[in-house]
Amino acid sequence: MKKILGTLFALLLTVGLVGCAKQGYRSVDDIKKDGTIKIGVFSDKHPFGYVDKNGKYQGYDIELANRIGKDLGVKVKLVSTEAANRIEYLKTNKVDIILANFTVTDERKEEVDFALPYMNVSLGVVSPTKKVITSLDNWNKNDKLIVISGTTAETYVTKNYPNIPLQKYDTYANAKNALENGNGAAWLNDNTEVLSFAKSTKGFTVGIPTLGSQDKIAPAVTKGNSDLKKWIDNEIKSLNKEDFFSKDYDKTLASVYGKEYKSTIVIK
Amino acid sequence: MAKWGFDLLFQGQNLSRLLEGLTLALYISAIAVVLSLVLGIILGIAQVKGHPLIRTIMRGYVHFIQIMPQLVLLFIAYFGLRAFAINLSPEMASIIVFTMWGTGEMSDLVRGAIVSMDHHQYESGLALGMSSRQVYIHVVIPQIAKRLIPLSMNLITRMIKTTSLLLMIGVVDIIKVSQQIIETNRLASPNGAFGIYLVVFMLYFISCYPISILARYLEKKWRI
Repeated sequence: MKKILGTLFALLLTVGLVGCAKQGYRSVDDIKKDGTIKIGVFSDKHPFGYVDKNGKYQGYDIELANRIGKDLGVKVKLVSTEAANRIEYLKTNKVDIILANFTVTDERKEEVDFALPYMNVSLGVVSPTKKVITSLDNWNKNDKLIVISGTTAETYVTKNYPNIPLQKYDTYANAKNALENGNGAAWLNDNTEVLSFAKSTKGFTVGIPTLGSQDKIAPAVTKGNSDLKKWIDNEIKSLNKEDFFSKDYDKTLASVYGKEYKSTIVIK
Repeated sequence: MAKWGFDLLFQGQNLSRLLEGLTLALYISAIAVVLSLVLGIILGIAQVKGHPLIRTIMRGYVHFIQIMPQLVLLFIAYFGLRAFAINLSPEMASIIVFTMWGTGEMSDLVRGAIVSMDHHQYESGLALGMSSRQVYIHVVIPQIAKRLIPLSMNLITRMIKTTSLLLMIGVVDIIKVSQQIIETNRLASPNGAFGIYLVVFMLYFISCYPISILARYLEKKWRI
């Protein structure tokens, strides 16, 4: 027994030392040599990264992921990640890139390195076409503004427009039903959400397509992997030249948000 | 019908994707269960009969496993071990963690069952002229096994149900597949979660209920 324990201990120690000696992330050359790039994406965020009914990955982020693989000349292995564990995947080098609709924030910048952004997000307001609301200033005190609890929309309006009466709901489905039933004059949410709602529901218009601070969505790599980051930056620059993201928008997002909002969402 | 999202099941490969997710979850738990039962019985006996040092180590191990949330163990195995250059696939990390957890719990159940055996059972057996070995085979082990059945069946169903945590380390299990289906159709059928999760509930039930039935049957059959 003692012998076994001793061997185990020695084994662990060796593994530990090897681990410390090894550099974690992979450079562009490492990836090319291996022949496969691992990219973390969402598998349940329509229409950015999702799995269609036939089990195939689809969406705006996925198009970019596949293009990156093509231009590197390697196979793409898509890894399903969750919002809560995206940073862990990079920190432990389980993936080379995260393309899971990752919003650039100062907090995240300390843990991962972001490449050039490829998408904009901000808040938006949708209201009935009969009575479109185009500004949150001069809000009618008798009207209620619908928000979903715990979202950035709620934080924003509580901070900047404390006098607007709110009607809060817990889920997307409830907020949507409430607006359709006229329980509120307008609905404030991520602009992608309200745009897709207005697009798919008759009689509603997005009066304010962008509100508050503009956030950027960008690919992220492991902290310090400047080689891969530089490659992605150049890739995004050259993709912009050939209007890749505009075509990507037409292919994956236009049917959900409408063609007219391309310049709002896509970064040129 | 369409309102509750049952129709989503029959679009494309959705139903077979759900079943694939379930199969993966059951496959991972089946391997872990078999390993846990074998290792758990061996280590359980070692906890009672083994060297004092082994007993102390085992007690510490069981406490550790019982205190740690399974999700933390999964994160340690999948992300944490990466620091030691051990790169496990999500499935492998799941099997290892579930086996460690199951073994700890099982060995504690075995230890409890052995300790709870009245001492006069051994003594009566010896007094009847049986050898120590015969006492174990004919008197002690059958009774321990009987006491263990309901407890270990309970452990097995718990292990199957806990596979719903595996999506956090990237295993595309039945829960993850249902989330994918629900989210992909969020705009078209906002209440799809109801129908899909109801089906998931039934699939889990179908997977776990036979185990309960088997446990009840064995208990009845082995009643002394």
